[in-house]
Amino acid sequence: MAGFVTRGFRGRRRDPDVAGRVPPGQYVTPDFPVLSAGPTPRVALDGWDFGVGGEVERAQRWSWEELRALPSETFTVDIHCVTKWSKLDTVWEGVSLDTLLELVEPTGDYVVAHCDGGYTTNLPLEDVTGGKAWIAYAYDGEPLAPEHGGPARLLVPHLYLWKSAKWVRRLEIVDDDRPGFWETLGYHNRGDPWLEQRYHGD
Amino acid sequence: MAGTAVPRRLTWQLAEVAASNLETPETTSLVFDVPDWPGHLPGQHVDVRLTAEDGYQAQRSYSIASPPENPRLVLTVERVKDGEVSPFLLDELRVGDRLELRGPIGGYFTWEAARGGPLLLVAGGSGIVPLMAMIRHRFAASGDAPVRVLYSSRTFIDVIYRDELAYLTGLDSAVEVIHTLTRAQPADWQGYRRRIDKEMLAEVAWPPADRPHVFVCGPTPLVEGVAAALTELGHDPARVKTERFGPSGG
Repeated sequence: MAGFVTRGFRGRRRDPDVAGRVPPGQYVTPDFPVLSAGPTPRVALDGWDFGVGGEVERAQRWSWEELRALPSETFTVDIHCVTKWSKLDTVWEGVSLDTLLELVEPTGDYVVAHCDGGYTTNLPLEDVTGGKAWIAYAYDGEPLAPEHGGPARLLVPHLYLWKSAKWVRRLEIVDDDRPGFWETLGYHNRGDPWLEQRYHGD
Repeated sequence: MAGTAVPRRLTWQLAEVAASNLETPETTSLVFDVPDWPGHLPGQHVDVRLTAEDGYQAQRSYSIASPPENPRLVLTVERVKDGEVSPFLLDELRVGDRLELRGPIGGYFTWEAARGGPLLLVAGGSGIVPLMAMIRHRFAASGDAPVRVLYSSRTFIDVIYRDELAYLTGLDSAVEVIHTLTRAQPADWQGYRRRIDKEMLAEVAWPPADRPHVFVCGPTPLVEGVAAALTELGHDPARVKTERFGPSGG
């Protein structure tokens, strides 16, 4: 609807210092809103584990202590939720997927994340390799709170946040792309915020 | 599952304001004519896009308050203090104005009369809006699902749809609305006077054995607390669907 103007709307221009970091249709929030489709799962760490399997050379599973013993990174990224908020300069700690995938040697080209509570999301391997994705277990220097996905969540900050699956427990490497929970409910299959890929057909 | 129909491209459509109805001091229902509206399920939302003269755009999501049976689309918008979009919608937008919207969006937090009941709807503040679409649909579709609504508001005048909820419960005793007022109560108040807690849910909710469809919508602390309490009371987490309003936005 090119050229349409909403009568009387002026809006707030973005702070020029950060305007280039805010994708189209997003606004910056200082808060950390919580979104999920059902109750927050709460699991005891002594029974918790995380695994990568499927189309791989060596499926692996790590206990909480084993995951924490893997080389970790502390990184600062901007995150973008499809519900329109973006949050800048968020600080996380976790294990790079490059580290995990090197240990299992994937042979498939796609990954499906499986979570406590039944949530799933799908990604091409190239979106989670090359320093672009982590299994994060700390936020802002503190253990990741359950409502934000703790004990551990996938974090893929260059895509809309529904791809950064909370309460992740398994990464399944597959040969063919397999749309996940929101991807089969009308949301975009890839979700690049800079291309505003919110919904099917965007 | 509802909403898993063939993916359809969501295009921006022009919607014209047909009416504007004050619900509470801080919320207004905006009634739109949307000529090519494709229909929706109760519980779904739309994206609204506003464009300034210089091309600057802002987008926000709003829950649909009207049932699918209603020929007009109703969005009930709550004022976010110092917000960018909601003060414009509430203070500036007039009948006859147009804006762009697209939808419907969201195929999970939905209920249709054909799915039956019982239905447990738990709302905090403007979280009642998508649940109201379900309640209105239940009547518009002449459904017979038993419905219990537990609705938390700050004060009596903050209760959105207060008269309509009272009217609807008077029409059919299978629909019950239980209010709690957390901040202040009228002198003759008969309802609850505290935040929703596990004890209140145990009194109000259908027993887990009845396998109710549960929808919870409101601010994050309410949704987190209610969903956790329902799980502790024995409800199947897979039947508890949540939608949350963060404190931010506007």
